Amino acid sequence: MSGAEIFLEFLLFPGLLFTAAAGLLTSWVDRKVTAMVQMRVGPPLLQPFYDIRKYFIKETCVPQGGAIELFLLAPLIGFAGVTLASLILWRALLDTEATFIGDLIVLIYLLLMPAVGVILGAFASRNPLASIGGSREVKLMIAYELPLVLVVLVPVIQAGSIRLGDLLAAPAPAGTLSGALALLAGIACLQAKLTLVPFDMPEAETELAGGVLIEYSGAPLGLFKLTRAMMLFTLPVFLVALFFGGLVTAHGWMSGLIGLLAWLLLVALTIVLRNTTPRLRTDQAVRFFWGPVSVLALLAVVLAWAGW
Amino acid sequence: MSYAINTLTRSLNVFHLAGSACNNCDIEILDALTPRYDLERFGITLVGSIRHADVLLLSGIFNRKARVRLLELLRQAPKPYLVVAIGGCPATGLLFRESYNFDRPPGDYVPIDAFIPGCPPKPEAIISGMVRVIEGLRSGALAPRCMEAGRPAPASALPETAA
Repeated sequence: MSGAEIFLEFLLFPGLLFTAAAGLLTSWVDRKVTAMVQMRVGPPLLQPFYDIRKYFIKETCVPQGGAIELFLLAPLIGFAGVTLASLILWRALLDTEATFIGDLIVLIYLLLMPAVGVILGAFASRNPLASIGGSREVKLMIAYELPLVLVVLVPVIQAGSIRLGDLLAAPAPAGTLSGALALLAGIACLQAKLTLVPFDMPEAETELAGGVLIEYSGAPLGLFKLTRAMMLFTLPVFLVALFFGGLVTAHGWMSGLIGLLAWLLLVALTIVLRNTTPRLRTDQAVRFFWGPVSVLALLAVVLAWAGW
Repeated sequence: MSYAINTLTRSLNVFHLAGSACNNCDIEILDALTPRYDLERFGITLVGSIRHADVLLLSGIFNRKARVRLLELLRQAPKPYLVVAIGGCPATGLLFRESYNFDRPPGDYVPIDAFIPGCPPKPEAIISGMVRVIEGLRSGALAPRCMEAGRPAPASALPETAA
């Protein structure tokens, strides 16, 4: 593969441009469905694009006494992480042979980067509210990462490989008992990873006034919002790849259709959950993830070992 | 119409600062965002941090203590931004005018781009006001005053606050 092809792949198709466009579209669906739940009209289709575009013409304010380099670098960390994650994910989805051994592990780390970027940015901004938000985000991350890794283990055990391509080629785990249980736990982790209600305590509009992002303005804020939109698109795709055999598969178009429906269902579930639940406290969230969700995921792992 | 104005008017984030308001305007501002009026149709959302905002919405009178906060917020606002005053109080002080804590209208020391009059203005009036602000910006009749060259920084009004 030539350098130009890699460049195009990174910038255009499964990489930057495609993920950004799909992410913004998904975030419009999120806002529109939210509006419909509240019996409003909601924003026009291109509103997320307008919002992001506007952030890039605004002045970038830098907080006095903050760690400026880190403050400006932090949004790029998450942005690069989610772009690379989407690239690797879609390369595997499009061609199950195109991936390398252990890409699943790389993917888990890359999908962690947006949260790391938010935390670094929050602490670098030297704002007390952002610090509280940042520490909540750290706790939330510690809470959901354990069950998430257990959830990922289930398809790995069933397929007997840590290469995403092999996982996609194997029969979809969602049809098995262990797969279904793991998917349930995975949905809880998805919600927390997106820091959507009920797990939005790092931002907590009403108490922390934007929390982690409070000091950000202009282009860095736009990058954070774009990263979040891209995560809203990529994470459900990740779950679909793990449990439904992907969106574009070797199993034929029928399986791809099921994957698409599953993706829609996951996004819809996320949106409905965020509109119908109140915010949890940090300790409640940690208890929830280390308690019921981890137990569920562990049970799924044991069942997967037993061949269920 | 410049690219910046076009971009700005399609997505206005509003930060609301209540001075010493009687709270009626504050309630009407929230009303404008409720399902019945739904300002999000125009891309207008309420944000919790001035750093995210494009519009600083003022309500109520501003006494000497509130003035310091107002000027501080203006200093922190990322350009280009607009300042919109809602209700009659920021313009004239209305019934608080003779009050012991009345300072002076914020228009004296802050560049206010638009007033939406009323006591309180109805949500319809707020929407109409915002739409006219957007139309004014797009037609060039109104320019964000913070973008004007040679305008003294708002912080120059700070000294006489200790009283």
